[in-house]
Amino acid sequence: MTAALHPPASACPACDAAPAALAAAEAGRPSPGEILLSLPTIHCAACIAKIERGLGARSDVRAARVNLTLKRATIDADPEVSAEDMIAAVEALGFEAHELDAAALVATATDRAGRDLLMRLAVAGFASMNVMLLSVAVWSGAADATRDLFHWISAAIALPAIAFSGQPFFRNAWGALRAGRLNMDVPITLAILLALVTSLWETALSGHHAYFDAALTLVFFLLAGRYLDHRTRSIARSAAEELTALETPRAWRIERDGERQVAVAELRPGDLIRVRPGGRMPVDGEIAEGVSELDRSLLTGETLPVFAGPGQAVSAGEMNLTGPLTVRATAVGRDSSLHRMADLVAVAEAGRGNYTSLADRAAKLYAPGVHILSALAFVGWYLYTFDIRTALNIAAAVLIITCPCALGLAVPAVTTAASGRLFRRGMLIKSATALERLAEVDTVVFDKTGTLTTGAPVLENLHDLDDEAAAVALALAMGSSHPLSRALVQAAQAAGVRPARVSDIEEAPGYGARGRWNGREVRLGRASWTGAEPLAQTATYLKLGEGDTRALRFADALREGAEEAVGALIASGREVYLLSGDGAPAVEAMAARLGIARWMAEALPEDKASRIAALRDEGRRVLMVGDGLNDTAALAAAHVSISPASALDAARVASDMVLLGSDLRVLAEATTIAQSARRRIAENFRIATLYNVLAVPLAVAGFATPLIAALAMSTSSIIVSLNALRLRGGQA
Amino acid sequence: MNILTYLIPVSLFLGGIGLVGFIYTVRSNQYDDPEGDSRRILSDEWDDNPKP
Repeated sequence: MTAALHPPASACPACDAAPAALAAAEAGRPSPGEILLSLPTIHCAACIAKIERGLGARSDVRAARVNLTLKRATIDADPEVSAEDMIAAVEALGFEAHELDAAALVATATDRAGRDLLMRLAVAGFASMNVMLLSVAVWSGAADATRDLFHWISAAIALPAIAFSGQPFFRNAWGALRAGRLNMDVPITLAILLALVTSLWETALSGHHAYFDAALTLVFFLLAGRYLDHRTRSIARSAAEELTALETPRAWRIERDGERQVAVAELRPGDLIRVRPGGRMPVDGEIAEGVSELDRSLLTGETLPVFAGPGQAVSAGEMNLTGPLTVRATAVGRDSSLHRMADLVAVAEAGRGNYTSLADRAAKLYAPGVHILSALAFVGWYLYTFDIRTALNIAAAVLIITCPCALGLAVPAVTTAASGRLFRRGMLIKSATALERLAEVDTVVFDKTGTLTTGAPVLENLHDLDDEAAAVALALAMGSSHPLSRALVQAAQAAGVRPARVSDIEEAPGYGARGRWNGREVRLGRASWTGAEPLAQTATYLKLGEGDTRALRFADALREGAEEAVGALIASGREVYLLSGDGAPAVEAMAARLGIARWMAEALPEDKASRIAALRDEGRRVLMVGDGLNDTAALAAAHVSISPASALDAARVASDMVLLGSDLRVLAEATTIAQSARRRIAENFRIATLYNVLAVPLAVAGFATPLIAALAMSTSSIIVSLNALRLRGGQA
Repeated sequence: MNILTYLIPVSLFLGGIGLVGFIYTVRSNQYDDPEGDSRRILSDEWDDNPKP
């Protein structure tokens, strides 16, 4: 919208100095001098070179760098250059460009935590390889002084390496112990520390067995699991952030010396804001001037546009359709209705908060079991031999053998593979446990407007009109940018209708369009304005003469793949509900069309959330798919939730997964992938358990050598990872 | 076996060079755009002096 208001920079370099452009540049840049653009269409070496050369040639650009992986450009430009100028420049080179709000991308800019984990992983990998080589010499028969020397060198490598690499585990374990809980990291930390202490002791007494290699390999494998986990989540986070960053929140504030573009965060109650047709209300307020129609579908689910005139209250998120409006802000930012919805979300979320992931459930069984087992081994051997050294050695061996190396990899490896596969299909998984929860779903609740439908109307009854009426309607609609008019034009042109000769066409904002045809006044617009009987569904009315009116009915276009997705979900035995804020006739028609037996119309946000809560109390696992503000509480209350990328930011934040494409078919596929991912996780747990069952008796009986520990640990980890990788391929 | 006193430090030193090199590449953001970097080498624009 704003791009059209600025003259393109390439056509008019002097405009850069114009006050309006200057103001826009100041307001729209969180970090001065840096402009971030999203370039969704770049794909090759030539694209990079073309954009970088094209931008670099401009005198007002200091540096431009394209990142092909993220499909982004970072531009360092003079302070007076605005993002719009840069977008125009990139578009002139033949590429699509959108501005990204740098403030919303903070976490992706420098992924410190990921880098930190990678560094620790590298150190652990380096150290474990070296110690492993030294250990191979010991296993193959190095004796006496050579063995002691190798053990001491191993200790010299292992101690600092573990002190550095093991920190994430030590910190987590300490945190859990301080809170009086046990988690996976407690047995890990205990195993590592006990292994180091006994190994040092053994080395000092020139004993045979030292577990330096085992302790390091353990740290390495577990860090690999952590890193995978972190990467999966940071990819999802950065993609979710990018969606937010694409919606740079701006508003045009009316000031004494004219209009100025400012960030929405700077608005105060009492400010006068200009909202152009096609723009969204940035704040809650009251219309001060202007007449128009409002599309409230994202807030309420209603598809019928409502009339808007001076004095009427508007809420943030509503779309202005026809005429320019001046709005006096009454509530901004945190106080606006968009944010008040957050309270409802918080209440709804409280019901879901008690989900324990599979890994946590495993850890709850596992951690105490391991400690008891190793303590028993220690006590038993001590009572049998009265030798602390032997007893401690065996206790350490038990801890190392049982250490959840495979368990630590079992879940992250599977979720990484599954999320990677879903990401390629256009599904973004934001929450770590969302996949597990999705696999349990037995009830699916859909929102209608914007979720099952695209939110764009389609003309239903063109064939009911005679050629003359269709021609007049087309002529009147062609001059308007109202969504109904655009749908009418599209349908009429597709049917080969030619516009009639209508003169003096003018648009009456908020009402419709009128003109003169064959000496008569003809009108296309609201029922009251054309003198027609209003229908219950979305419609516009054509008036050809006094008392001669026709209704043009519109239906919401179904989203691509919606029928298949609903059909597949029903076929898989899940119950499907349709909850909508729209009127009953439209909802019933949609439910009938998709074969959904249970539906509810005119649902308020509280109704939706309480319906979901009722289903939950019946013991059902509900998947909620919705996009609007009226869905956010329901999204948060459901067992797992999905929203399309076109949803309001609030809805995307409340949901666990985001659908990046427009096709809904991936929904059914996602549930299948989630189920097979859950199966793989369970399989991996079984593999890990089986290996423990085989190896633990050896350890308790005192037969475990460092060689057996190393072999068992590596094989189980590799088997678990390979099993997880099966998910990446074709078969689900 | 006295050769070990040279060989072990030498091997550790060589491995350490690799580790330090890796940490240097991580710290200097060389993994930010793997896809772009693999294409950039095809262009001869920055052959003489690398892009800052």
